[in-house]
Amino acid sequence: MSDKVLLKGTEACAMGAILAGCRHYFGYPITPQTEIPEYFAKYMPEAGGVFLQAESEIAAISMVYGAAATGRRTMTSSSGPGLSLKQETISTLSAAELPCLIVNVARGGPGLGCIQGAQSDYFQSVKGGGHGDYRLLTLAPNSVQEMMDLSILGFELADKYRNPVLILSDGVIGQMMEPVGIPEAVTFFPEKPWAATGAKGRGKNLINSLYLDAARCEEHNRHLQAKFARIAESELRYEEFDTEDAELVLVAYGISSRIALSVKNRARAEGLKVGLLRPITLWPFPSEALRKLADRVKGLLVVEQSAGQMVEDVRLAVCGRAPVAFHGRPGGVMIQMDDVQAKVRELLAGEA
Amino acid sequence: MARTVFNEDRCKGCGLCIEACPKKILAFAEHRLNHNGYQPVASLRPGECTGCAICARTCPDVVISVYREARSAAEATVQGADL
Amino acid sequence: MEEKLVFSRPEALVDMPTHYCPGCHHGIIHRLVAEVIDELKVRESTIGVASVGCSILAYDYFNLDMVGALHGRAPAVATGVKRSQPGSVVFTYQGDGDLAAIGTAEIIHAAGRGENITVLFINNAIYGMTGGQMAPTTLGGQRTQTSPAGRDPKLAGNPLRMSEIIAALSGPSYVTRTAVNKPARISQTRKAIKKAFELQLAGHGLGFVEVLSTCPTNWGLSPVEAGQWVDSHMIPYYPLGVFKEVEA
Repeated sequence: MSDKVLLKGTEACAMGAILAGCRHYFGYPITPQTEIPEYFAKYMPEAGGVFLQAESEIAAISMVYGAAATGRRTMTSSSGPGLSLKQETISTLSAAELPCLIVNVARGGPGLGCIQGAQSDYFQSVKGGGHGDYRLLTLAPNSVQEMMDLSILGFELADKYRNPVLILSDGVIGQMMEPVGIPEAVTFFPEKPWAATGAKGRGKNLINSLYLDAARCEEHNRHLQAKFARIAESELRYEEFDTEDAELVLVAYGISSRIALSVKNRARAEGLKVGLLRPITLWPFPSEALRKLADRVKGLLVVEQSAGQMVEDVRLAVCGRAPVAFHGRPGGVMIQMDDVQAKVRELLAGEA
Repeated sequence: MARTVFNEDRCKGCGLCIEACPKKILAFAEHRLNHNGYQPVASLRPGECTGCAICARTCPDVVISVYREARSAAEATVQGADL
Repeated sequence: MEEKLVFSRPEALVDMPTHYCPGCHHGIIHRLVAEVIDELKVRESTIGVASVGCSILAYDYFNLDMVGALHGRAPAVATGVKRSQPGSVVFTYQGDGDLAAIGTAEIIHAAGRGENITVLFINNAIYGMTGGQMAPTTLGGQRTQTSPAGRDPKLAGNPLRMSEIIAALSGPSYVTRTAVNKPARISQTRKAIKKAFELQLAGHGLGFVEVLSTCPTNWGLSPVEAGQWVDSHMIPYYPLGVFKEVEA
């Protein structure tokens, strides 16, 4: 690892993709992710790759579908409304088992909403924004370093499981600058004998998601579900801070997890037994870890930059074993540490 | 001498070849259905076939193969050559 | 005297029955594409992109690597394929609903960029797969399931002439409209498809071959009558010819 470089979240994500061997980027401008296509426009030609600004978000993800079909590492990026447009193809990428990376630098919604960072695309990301029984492996960075590291990891996981991987970031992580350690470029790339590269010396390869025969469609679904089960078993990532003796555990991801970590530290300084669980993968979700915590804590407090989305999965995970409170702000307005801290005090006082 | 070979079970009985044959020697086979229930096409007067392959080129289902006597060893048999 | 096989199935076409209705022209056009691919000896480097509509199962029928695209997206998918596999020969095979309605943005911009691909546009003036609804190319007065009294241009506008629209762009290398309802036209269509593939091989950019085609089932005509309807109704509105051609 070389010396650290000061980078924006969006730039780190794009740089990570190039280090991961991505040479085909297709995108469309939308705030607050536009520095990603701008970065590729500048540096992809230098890396010997392809940058193409598509006519729409739909065309961009369709181009990714085409490039992924040939076995190349490829990606697109966008923000909320653009992700909504891409959903049909995201479902189809998963159905056709095509690996790629999709980045959502999320902004406030619904509708056109606002251009400030928000976390209200959680449902869209992990509950199937598109149609059918499919899953998106969803990574939630909470630093500029992770924007780079998870970008690289995302390509590896996508290839490993032949499924699209989503980075659910937000406008704050995307726009802020932090020093980043630059990892070595990836040099190992898996073989892709299934890719459509021309049927030379072999039978034809077909990339497809249609099964007119319902029984074959069911069989394909069972195959996909078995794969999703393997992903859920092997790729869960989360971290815990001071949960061993905690009476109240904060649960937060992405930008909110940084606020929650500071609140946890303040609370500890006050002598309050507060911990933090931070999911890094949003799907798979750390349900088991939350269930275990719920058996020994007095309560959980979910903190999100939304009207409350991940909180539903936390409640499903703990299944009534402990009370689950929520603090959030929708529409791109930042959560204030003081407000979370007040909520923590109130919850612990209520328990006392 | 030329001859046509019909892969009868692939025939859908559309009749486009009957219409296209310049010699008008093709017709629906009487009293016969193929395994899909279509009335297939057959040659009425095979001896009159010139091997022009227009029937085969008009057929949407590649039912017809066409053979022609080679006038010389060097005669081209380029598949699908222009009419 | 030795006997020669002068006509048989091209290698690029899988030996299997198609799901197309009796007399549907898709089978003829599939075969012409396969013949050209064989003749140019590019089967092993060709990647086809199938679209949504009756011809969706083209991915089964062509004996070469195939990618099934979502409805209307074939030119964008083909863009991704070609840009990541520049040495390959890439074609899309799209019907009128796919290319001229839901996929209008994708074809206009792929053509505008002059993507080095070949587009086969099959225009039969109706949605076949869903059972005969009005298409963007349905003729004025033409009865369909969603224009039961005939297409009313006051209500639905007039049909789009895609070749003329595409030919107005600077990107395409070749734009032509042909038909396959007569033996000589089948031959002309084959030449047009070959030219489009050759222009791609020479790197000249998008070739667009519109083929007027029949839908006997949804037009309610016999296959032979449907061929005549192409002459009497389609060609007067959709004239055959070359609309654009660059010097190769």
